[in-house]
Amino acid sequence: MPQDKSVILKVEHLSHSYGEVHAVRDISFSVKKGDIFSFLGPNGAGKSTAINVLITLLPLQKGEVVVAGYNLRTEREQVRRSIGIVFQEITLDRDMTVSETLEFHGDIYGLDRNLCRTRTQELLELVKLEDKVSAYIKELSGGMKRRLEIARGLMTRPKLLFLDEPTIGLDPQTRRKTWEYLKSVNAEGTSIFLTTHYMDEADELSDQIAIIDNGKIITSGTPDSLKNSLGEDIIYIETSDNLAAEKILLTIPGVKKVQSSESRIVLLSGTDGTHLLPRIIETLTGHEISVQAVNLKKPNMDDVFIHYTGRELRE
Amino acid sequence: MKFGFLPIYLRDMRRFFRFKHQLLSSFLQPILWLAFFGMAMAGNFDRILSSNSVIPGVLEVSYLTFMCAGIIGATILFTNMYGGFSLMFDKNWGILREIMASPLPRRDLIIGIASAAITKSWIQSAIILIFGIILGVTFFIGMSPLRTFISVIGFFLFVAAFATAFLCISLTLALRMDSPEGFQGISTLLTMPLFFLSNSLYPLEGLPPLMGTIALVNPLTHLITGIRYCTIGEHFSSIGMEVIYSSTEVLFSFLYLVIFSIVMFVITLKTVEKVEVS
Repeated sequence: MPQDKSVILKVEHLSHSYGEVHAVRDISFSVKKGDIFSFLGPNGAGKSTAINVLITLLPLQKGEVVVAGYNLRTEREQVRRSIGIVFQEITLDRDMTVSETLEFHGDIYGLDRNLCRTRTQELLELVKLEDKVSAYIKELSGGMKRRLEIARGLMTRPKLLFLDEPTIGLDPQTRRKTWEYLKSVNAEGTSIFLTTHYMDEADELSDQIAIIDNGKIITSGTPDSLKNSLGEDIIYIETSDNLAAEKILLTIPGVKKVQSSESRIVLLSGTDGTHLLPRIIETLTGHEISVQAVNLKKPNMDDVFIHYTGRELRE
Repeated sequence: MKFGFLPIYLRDMRRFFRFKHQLLSSFLQPILWLAFFGMAMAGNFDRILSSNSVIPGVLEVSYLTFMCAGIIGATILFTNMYGGFSLMFDKNWGILREIMASPLPRRDLIIGIASAAITKSWIQSAIILIFGIILGVTFFIGMSPLRTFISVIGFFLFVAAFATAFLCISLTLALRMDSPEGFQGISTLLTMPLFFLSNSLYPLEGLPPLMGTIALVNPLTHLITGIRYCTIGEHFSSIGMEVIYSSTEVLFSFLYLVIFSIVMFVITLKTVEKVEVS
C-alpha cells in the first residue's frame, strides 16, 4: 500500500468475524493526521470489534491496515508503541494509586523512569488530577477514572489515540469536561480515533464521522456535510390525508425529499424552510387537505442516522 | 528490554505486601497447621509407638520435624495453585487488557508473575521453617555452617522449581476459565489428591501400593523429598520408619521438578499468546 504522510490510519477492506457472525464487513477509511475521527453507530454495530482489531487485541483476519506508518499485520509491536488506548470498560487496578498506575504503564512500555515521572506530573495537570497523585483508584469517581485513563493513554506520547466509547456512563457535566480534555489533547497534535453511539459526541468532537451499522460504513463525511446532505431544514407535517399530500408536496420547488407515514410526513427542504413552509401550507390547503400540525428544525446527527439507516439509534 | 518482566514483578510484590489481611493469613495458616495438627499428631505418635521403635545408629527425628517439611511443601502447593486468581481478575475486570495491548512480550508477563510467586514462596517457606524451629522442629541437626548454608540454597531451589510449575498451572486455568467459582472448584479438586497422595504427612512406605505408585509421579512428593534431604539429611528415621535418600534420587527429584516447570511454563506461554481479552 503506498504510504501517504498526511494519513495516520489507513484501513482497506477490513473484515472480522467470530465464527459465523460477521461483525465487521469490508470497511475502508482513512484518518488524516491531526484529525478527530469517529465511528458512530449503535451498540453491536461492530465498532468495538473494529477498534480491537486496530489496537492489536484481536488478530487481523482480512484487509490491510497501516497505523502510524506501520503495517498492522507484520509490524504489530511498532503499532503498539505508536498508539495510546482508552478502553471501553474501566481498565484500572482498584488497589493501585494514581501515580503507580501511570508509572506502571510507562514501565511496561519501557519508558525511562525520570521521563515517566515528569510525564505523570504533566498529564495529571492536563486532566486536573494533580491533587490525586497518591489516591487509590477505588477512591476516584467515574469521571476521574476516565480522565486518568486518558492520561494513561497519553503517557507514551502516541501519534494516535484510540478511545472506545470514551464517555459511556458519565454524567452530562463530566462528559462535557471529558470532551474539553480530548479537544486540548487533539490541539496539541495527537490524532484521535474514537467510537461512540452518542450523536452529540460525534457531532461535537469530530472532524470526520463514519456512520457504521451492521458492520458496514453506511456513509461518512464531516459533521456539517452529513447534516447538509439532508437539506437545509427538516419539516414535519401532519395533515388530514398524508398519502395524498405526499404527491402534491413533491411538486413544490425546493422540496428535496418526502417520507410519509400514517401519522406524519417528514420533508427535507433544499432551501430555507422558513420560507418554504407558508407555500406548503398554501398549496395543501388549495388541494383541500388541511394541515393540522407543523414543526421545523435544523437536521442533527440523529436525523442523519435515521435517514441513512432507516431506523433510530437505540441505546 | 532485558528486564521487561520487572514492572510485572514489582506490581505483584507490591500487591502482596499491600493487602495486610491476605499477607497475615498466608503466613498464619501454615503456622496453625503446624502448631495444631503437627503437635497433636506428634503427641499421638509418641504414645502409640514404644520407645524401642528407635533404630540404633540412625538419626531419629520427631514427627513434627518430619511433617514440617510436608507442611512447607503443601503450603507452596496451595499458594501457587491459587496464585493465578489475581490474573483472572486482571483478565475479567482489570488491567490485563492494558498489558496485552502493550509491547511487553507475553514471555515477560509470565516471567514477572512467576518470579513474584517464587519470591512469595521463599518468604512463606522461610517463615514456616523459622516458626517450626521455634516449636521444636530439629532441622539442620549435625550440619556444619557451610553445609547448612548449602542446604538452605538447595531448599530454595526446590521451592522455586515447584512454585513455578504450579503457578503456571494456575495461570493456565485462570486464562481458560471465565468464572472465579469454576477456577476455585478446579483448583481445590486438584490440590486435595496431590496433598494426600504424597509423602507430606507420612512416609510413602506405609501407603497401599497403588497410592504409593501415584505418589511417585506426584511433583509434591519430589519437592518434599528435596526439602527433607536439605533440612534433615540423607539418612534418618521418624515414627519408626527408616528413610534413606541417595543423592541420585534427590538429583532426579530436582530435575523432575525443573522439567515439569519448563513444560508448564511453555504451556502457559502458548495459552497466553492465544488468549483474547477484548
